[in-house]
Amino acid sequence: MTDSSPAAPDSAPAPRRTPLTSVHEQLGASLTDFAGWLMPLRYGSETAEHNAVRTAAGLFDLSHMGELSVTGPDAAAALDYALTGEPSALQPGRARYTMIAADDGGVLDDLIVYRLADEEFLIVANAANAAVVSAALAERAAGFDAAVADRTDDYALIALQGPRAAAILAPLTSADLAAVRYYASYRARVAGRDVLLARTGYTGEDGFEIFAAPQDAEHLWAELSKAGAGDGLIPAGLAARDTLRLEAGMPLYGNELSSGMTPFDAGLGRVVKLDKAGEFVGRAALSARAARPAQRKLVGLTLQTRRIPRHGYEVLWDDKPAGTVTSGAPSPTLGMPIAMAYIRPDVAEAAAADPAGTGAGGSGSGRLAVDIRGRAEPATLVELPFYRRRT
Amino acid sequence: MTVPTELYYTAEHEWVAINGSIASVGITDHAQKALGDVVFVSVPATGTRVTSGEPCGEVESTKSVSDVYSPVDGEVSEVNPEVDDDPGLVNSDPYGAGWLFKVKLDETDGEVPPGLLSAAEYTALTKDADE
Repeated sequence: MTDSSPAAPDSAPAPRRTPLTSVHEQLGASLTDFAGWLMPLRYGSETAEHNAVRTAAGLFDLSHMGELSVTGPDAAAALDYALTGEPSALQPGRARYTMIAADDGGVLDDLIVYRLADEEFLIVANAANAAVVSAALAERAAGFDAAVADRTDDYALIALQGPRAAAILAPLTSADLAAVRYYASYRARVAGRDVLLARTGYTGEDGFEIFAAPQDAEHLWAELSKAGAGDGLIPAGLAARDTLRLEAGMPLYGNELSSGMTPFDAGLGRVVKLDKAGEFVGRAALSARAARPAQRKLVGLTLQTRRIPRHGYEVLWDDKPAGTVTSGAPSPTLGMPIAMAYIRPDVAEAAAADPAGTGAGGSGSGRLAVDIRGRAEPATLVELPFYRRRT
Repeated sequence: MTVPTELYYTAEHEWVAINGSIASVGITDHAQKALGDVVFVSVPATGTRVTSGEPCGEVESTKSVSDVYSPVDGEVSEVNPEVDDDPGLVNSDPYGAGWLFKVKLDETDGEVPPGLLSAAEYTALTKDADE
């Protein structure tokens, strides 16, 4: 038995440890090198971890994520210039999903930007892109009265995600969680430690992300674990995080997003604020792109087989190449394989107009299919996201 | 990691139990741990000729897909229907209820089929891979 998926690239330096790596080792986690960090892939069954987040709660170590601070009188203006969004329009205490583009409109990373105060922003970048984002922000802020600092080593990041998250957290904090809205952040005390508490996540569930000092991470992890034990809280690894975000239709950089794509390609043109005042990096290319018809469309697929469509597999329409799978997995919630894929817009339109032809209900003609290692497996075009929580 | 001493192994992380002319085949504890949750197993149908070292099936897990290689020469005499219904048996009981298929061996001279590893040899192999 050999793994026929692409081999992991050689990583010469030893992966970095987070403030919680020892805890993961004590918990018996399978650890993996992810973007240069030694991270828990799973603690036991990733399916059980996934289901816990959907039905109760899961605890994640996200300390590998990059944190960058932008501060100073021109911090907001610098970010309006550096990013596709409009951070200057954010109220202090609010957060927004945004992107940083290259001059040609290609996505360098997708980000969450938190406005902590009038002149203080915190930007969370993907671990693999943190150095690129840090360098780009420093360069783009050079003409502004603003300072950019890489604060990744100053923060541990713990995510508590799931329908029981608020109930688990409430006894540990004096913060009024009902007042902490989605995509808001507050300075708060949790289990006696000062943290930045944000109601954000990457799972499609309600939940919190807790930015803490590295030396407080083990204490917070232990207190949260204890508080949630009776509610079904379990630690969850990167494998569950990936299937959770896929079900929620959330893009992953390196899969749905890359420097060869614009936000429009990913169906995320809404993060590009072309109507904001002033110049921003990528504006000319993105304006032109917004005016052109799409070259590809990001769609959701479900399959009736139990074989899994995976990143890079070809999508077929009438047995001819029509696109590429960007992410695929067995969906624990839907009980079938799901995938996101970029396909030709004309095929997306034809498939949407001919649901029977896409295999809906298992009786279709199989015009839309995924080539799974040489065999065309019929696929059904579905609306994204695959899963939306009941609110 | 469990490596029962009465079984034989391959470098592709399969185990083989020889019982007379019948070889039972599964994947090892080390393999199931590395794969994560197994969601689908495809094995050759009863009656299929299999050849040692050649791919004859696949194991799909959440994160990856792996080929299954036949560890022996012969004809598939039985497949495990339970694993089709509940692929998680490969994780929960890789050497027992999670067996994949049985092969009627071509050579039944009482010798162990060539190329198989002992438990000690397999343990050494996985230790090397972990370092």
